[in-house]
Amino acid sequence: MAKIGTAGNYGKKVRSDCKATIELTDSGSLQIEFISKLEAYFGDHIKSLIEAELKFFGIKNAKLTLEDRGSLDYVIAARVEAAIKKAIETEKEFLLDILPQNFNQTEKDKLRRSRLYLPGNTPKLALNAGLHKPDEIILDLEDSVAPDKKFEAAIMVRNALRSVNFYGAERAVRINQLPAGLQDLDHVVPQHVNLILVPKTESADQIEAVNEKIAEIKKARKLDYNIWLMPIIESALGVINSYEIAKGENVVALAIGLEDYTADIGTQRTNEGKESFFARSQVVNSAKAAKIQAIDSVFSDVNDMEALKQNVLNSKALGFDGMGCIHPRQIVVIHENFAPTEKEIEKAQNIVAAYNEAKEKGLGVVSLGSKMIDAPVVKRAFRTLKLADIGGNIEPHGKKTGGNK
Amino acid sequence: MKKADKFVKNAAGRVVPTIVNGREVIAFQGVGKYKPTHTGASPRVPTSADYPKDGNKIVENLKEALSKAGIKDGMTISTHHHYRNGDFVSNLIFDIAAELGVKNLRWLPSAAFPCNEPLIKHLESGVIHHIEGSLNGPLGNYCSHGKMKGMGYLRSHGGRYRAISDGEVHVDIAVMCASAADMTGNANGILGKHPFGPMGFTKADVKNADKTIVVTDTLIPYPCYPWEIMGSDVDYVVMVDKIGDPDKIVSGTTRITKSPDRLLIAEYCAKFVDAAGIVKDGFCFQAGAGGTSLAFVKFVKEIMLKKGIKARAILGGNTKYQVELLKEGLTDYLLEGQAFDLETIKSIRDNANHIALGVFESYDYHSKGNIASMMDAIVLGSTEVDVNFNANCVSHSDGRMLHGIGGFQNCMMAKCTILTVPSFRDRIPVIKDKVTTLVAPGEMVDVIITERGICINPLRKDLIEATKDSGLPIRDIHDLKAEIDAICGTPAKPKLTNEAVAVVEWVDGTILDTIWKVEQ
Repeated sequence: MAKIGTAGNYGKKVRSDCKATIELTDSGSLQIEFISKLEAYFGDHIKSLIEAELKFFGIKNAKLTLEDRGSLDYVIAARVEAAIKKAIETEKEFLLDILPQNFNQTEKDKLRRSRLYLPGNTPKLALNAGLHKPDEIILDLEDSVAPDKKFEAAIMVRNALRSVNFYGAERAVRINQLPAGLQDLDHVVPQHVNLILVPKTESADQIEAVNEKIAEIKKARKLDYNIWLMPIIESALGVINSYEIAKGENVVALAIGLEDYTADIGTQRTNEGKESFFARSQVVNSAKAAKIQAIDSVFSDVNDMEALKQNVLNSKALGFDGMGCIHPRQIVVIHENFAPTEKEIEKAQNIVAAYNEAKEKGLGVVSLGSKMIDAPVVKRAFRTLKLADIGGNIEPHGKKTGGNK
Repeated sequence: MKKADKFVKNAAGRVVPTIVNGREVIAFQGVGKYKPTHTGASPRVPTSADYPKDGNKIVENLKEALSKAGIKDGMTISTHHHYRNGDFVSNLIFDIAAELGVKNLRWLPSAAFPCNEPLIKHLESGVIHHIEGSLNGPLGNYCSHGKMKGMGYLRSHGGRYRAISDGEVHVDIAVMCASAADMTGNANGILGKHPFGPMGFTKADVKNADKTIVVTDTLIPYPCYPWEIMGSDVDYVVMVDKIGDPDKIVSGTTRITKSPDRLLIAEYCAKFVDAAGIVKDGFCFQAGAGGTSLAFVKFVKEIMLKKGIKARAILGGNTKYQVELLKEGLTDYLLEGQAFDLETIKSIRDNANHIALGVFESYDYHSKGNIASMMDAIVLGSTEVDVNFNANCVSHSDGRMLHGIGGFQNCMMAKCTILTVPSFRDRIPVIKDKVTTLVAPGEMVDVIITERGICINPLRKDLIEATKDSGLPIRDIHDLKAEIDAICGTPAKPKLTNEAVAVVEWVDGTILDTIWKVEQ
């Protein structure tokens, strides 16, 4: 058994985080050292939080040092717990109250135009992420977390799911590649997570394994909410199997990850995206065949908003419903450009009006001028108007240029 | 002599001294209530017969100039801060004073910077008795711990001009850096080896000081033009190797923020002024230094381009972002009090529509109207605000005075004064029940914008009405405070002693608040 455990980050550039170091001792009861600019403001409060946590884990003799750079309670609790769990073996979890809004559930076909990735072990970025109004926020346990930080990141993400207000964004977690990712589910499934992203999915079996594990946890803990899945296709094999994957239970969207995919097929990713045209189209096609959303890859040049805009317009033209982002400033560009154009809105308004008229008159057939309109077209028109209302086609003065409620 | 004595509660409910550094002062009476009636400073009149006919006032070095100017115990020495953190001369003055054995000087800078930290040794040894002017960084920290012999005295830029021009502060020797000067003292800040921009802060000093010394590192043949300082106001001219480092004029506060949250604040701010009907053809505005204010300029520019309109004038402290607007024809004029970066310095030299102006006309309470009050909107940062819209820009929540007061109070005169602040910094909420130090009374602050919402002062019913359908997140300040406190927790109050270490003046010269010694 280790006698010293440490977790977290501390340094000149670190913000909203802390580093906890625990040293188990044979006697001398609990000694807590709190090194922080916040000592004068929150010193007593934070020390009593740490005391309560040590007591919870049954630690009677230890020296605990917390080097802090402005962290909130849930961050401190996560770092202390991770440090303790590196020093002793325990199954217990020190859970702070869950925010009432984090009991929310999301709809299968909710808008998922933007999904903002946040490194799971960097709490600073999570605090205000929801203010930028992405449709979905992803706490990432996979690529953005260094291998030696995976353990503490899982605890951090667990706490964030309970304590951070995401201001209405869908709360998602990207677990690690299977099979390791299955263990991540233990941390996140009980925290009312809305959606799980399954990276590097290559077969329907993997989705089944995730569903099974989620069901097992839900049964054991008597949880009865939906957890949606978004597999990410990141390989040639994944592209080939994408339809089977898309048909999986609870799968609501199929995403493509182009960095890994282009590496897998032995090429480079370009802005025009010729090399991934087949894969992207295949993913769109598989998703639409399974009647779920198709979600494009992230665009990684955060300084080039014009290139991002072109990328979004291409995605939309290919049939994607949304894309990933890695910087909050990308969100508005994505929303604006996934939003229907004025022409599309006008057309949709006419179709909906024709539909309403036909309904009123009790006609079985909807027609616009001399043209018959099929049911899927009407459905798409409704969706266009829904997108227009939330989709940023709103003048700064609040006058809507299109759409009706 | 006590540093401060005879405390009363002023009209803002703050306990303030009525005797500061031995001088009687008036407690704040309310905005616009106190109006002085006396006739102003009366500087000693010179006689041109006492000055060299050939105009050559060059003396060997600063030590000789200070000696000739009659430096002695208890005098007031003034300097300007156009070099900001790149100032080489202020420290040199007091090194010389120490060498000459002079004590108990009062330093009257238009602002001090971290580069002035070496002056602490002269405060310790008694060469400097106290500082009247912005105290930020190390000097502010020093004063906050009660170590300065006299009281710190914080005046706004306009307030400093007022105090000199109405005789509240008599300047014995003004030491004015200029990047270029001629032998008789005509000088400016835009030519020479190390230009720093306009010299608006020097005007009160050179007109009212008994002796004025121009220090330069670039001597040019007579006449040195433009002459922001005229030789007819100058006693001595001194050449030194280097007066300052223009690169250090640029600081972290003069670049656009990269923080997504602060960009969001700036975007809300631009959308707010647009929704309020302020962004229209021919409008005038100012955006202070600070990454968020500068991002505001960028977002306003986008709105202006979209609407096809331009501004008439932008008041500065400007930066390259405002200079871009001038170059691109999005404003007719830039009005410049001080340059915040090198592009601004270059622009003011090369562009006739970039106009240098003085503190008197833009900010002084004794001028017949302020330029600041004609601005349609001014956007500023702040360290703290409170639920009554009071604002603090000088101290942290722990009571330590760490930031300059600058033109903060003067900018409150604008038609719409907006404070952009993050809702918390390192877990410390920015919206308080009561600000630690009162620098601007709540009635002067129109709007507070954070990344979590926009709070409009209830007094501004017009702004509330104009923006109610804007779709912007307009919030009650108490609700916003409750949300922030729920995230951060409520911090313990700062531990302050009852020993006064500095006072904050309001623009009219009355005492608005006291800064108390922090507990060690």
